[in-house]
Amino acid sequence: MTALPESTQTKLGLVIDLDICVGCHACAVICKEWNTSGYHAPLTDTDPYGADPTGVWFNRIHAYEIDREEGNSQTVYFPKSCLHCEDAPCVTVCPTGASYKRTEDGIVLVDEDMCIGCKLCSWACPYGAREYDITEGVMKKCTLCIDKIYNENLPEESRQPACVSTCPANARHFGDLGDPNSDVSKMVADRGGYDLMPEQGTKPVNKYLPPRTRQMQPGEIAKQDILDDASPEGGFLGWLDNVLSD
Amino acid sequence: MHPAYSVIFFTTASGAGYGLLALMGIFNAMGLLPTDRWFGLVGFILSLGLITLGLLSSTFHLGHPERAWRAFSQWRTSWLSREGVIAVLTYIPAGLFALGWVFPTLLGEQTTGIWMVMGVLAAIGAAVTVYCTSMIYASLKAIPAWTHDLVPPVYLVLSIATGGLILDAMLHAHGHPIGGLSLFNLLALIGALVLKLKYWKAIDAAPAETTIETATGLGSLGKVRVLDNPHTSENYLQQEMGFKVARKHAEKLRGIAVAALFIAPFVLIAAALLVPALAITATVLAVIAASVGVITERWLFFAEAKHVVMSYYEG
Repeated sequence: MTALPESTQTKLGLVIDLDICVGCHACAVICKEWNTSGYHAPLTDTDPYGADPTGVWFNRIHAYEIDREEGNSQTVYFPKSCLHCEDAPCVTVCPTGASYKRTEDGIVLVDEDMCIGCKLCSWACPYGAREYDITEGVMKKCTLCIDKIYNENLPEESRQPACVSTCPANARHFGDLGDPNSDVSKMVADRGGYDLMPEQGTKPVNKYLPPRTRQMQPGEIAKQDILDDASPEGGFLGWLDNVLSD
Repeated sequence: MHPAYSVIFFTTASGAGYGLLALMGIFNAMGLLPTDRWFGLVGFILSLGLITLGLLSSTFHLGHPERAWRAFSQWRTSWLSREGVIAVLTYIPAGLFALGWVFPTLLGEQTTGIWMVMGVLAAIGAAVTVYCTSMIYASLKAIPAWTHDLVPPVYLVLSIATGGLILDAMLHAHGHPIGGLSLFNLLALIGALVLKLKYWKAIDAAPAETTIETATGLGSLGKVRVLDNPHTSENYLQQEMGFKVARKHAEKLRGIAVAALFIAPFVLIAAALLVPALAITATVLAVIAASVGVITERWLFFAEAKHVVMSYYEG
């Protein structure tokens, strides 16, 4: 049913650390790799090796530049996938019941066999988390790797979304954001984790950790001339340094 | 937003069809319409034809049209589902209304009593269906221009105005013009124009609540701009939500919509009232002009609307 559950037992989701992400796209690539043979298989591409390739992706990495009034500008890599919102507008607009939010863990899913491919859910999502598969005529989306996180055939440490397992920088974290004592909730509390587009009223479960304030500007680092101390001991090298420095 | 032609045809054609059906139901209940079978037949072919073609075309853009029946199930939360349910329910009184009026030997030209009530019920169903259609769009917060309070009234008034123009042309062609209906059409056109101009003014003036700063949450650090998009070519979101042509030519297209949808029909209806000899030609031309106009207006409604997800891509 497309009515949203009043509450969910857990709120599984991601915490994404914008301070750490280096924009390597590994999470987007492994997402494609896992999911193209998983719940929503396949994640079709059209014209993959041609001039105008396009295809189904659940995870995308944007790059932004922040221009400051003072100091240097800053580059921020910004991965974005489904935020598994508590008030998910994509679910309630679905006319068929194909879209739903699970009561047990809050994961938002699409039942492909019931989807008529009207695309209305992709219009309702402010984050662009839903992907229409033009080849199969149905809507697909991030499942939070539902076929991985509960998969008992995998060793316990692998039961995490593929994007989290693979992140080489440890910028992505997975857990229960409904439990204030979980690691992810503590991380959000410590670092001032925030919601994307709070004005849309979707109450996203996924949180973003802001880039930390830089302790030192790159300009200041350059000013410290490490060659000042080329020959603290004097002698021949000290004499040479003196002569050449003038 | 990408303006899908099937959806534009659906909302304009079924809008006009429902407008015509509603006016037939109401004017018949008021005893104003000719009650002969041929007038009724033409009216029902046009109204139910436009409605049915519109509804069918709305299934053309579906990925799985054969599953369209599933769309009747989620009326508790989904305006699209509600629209489907009410549209189908409206066929019942509309069908009985048509049956009583048109069916040659069985009943024939029954337009009073219970048959009249069916016409009124069909009119109510028509209005509710058009309202549901407008709410499919008006309920989407992610497209701020569509959530404006004037969206449902504009859909309703344009439905009545376009349906009314068809009824006026039918009455002139049948040789029973009703001055009152022509005046009603003139008022509906003025009303629709006023609402539409107010709507355009409002969406142009509305400041964007969602910006690249709120979308990324990085606004507190400084001015944010796009350095690199996620893909080297356009993705689904950019193709579906990132339509720019209309935003570029909005001014000109709005001019065309106003001229064809409001000014031309207004002049033609007035001409039909003043020069009865030209009435049939003028009222038919009014329908043609309004069709071009309402399609332009609807195309703009989609194409001009900016989806907030584009905040991640433009800026």
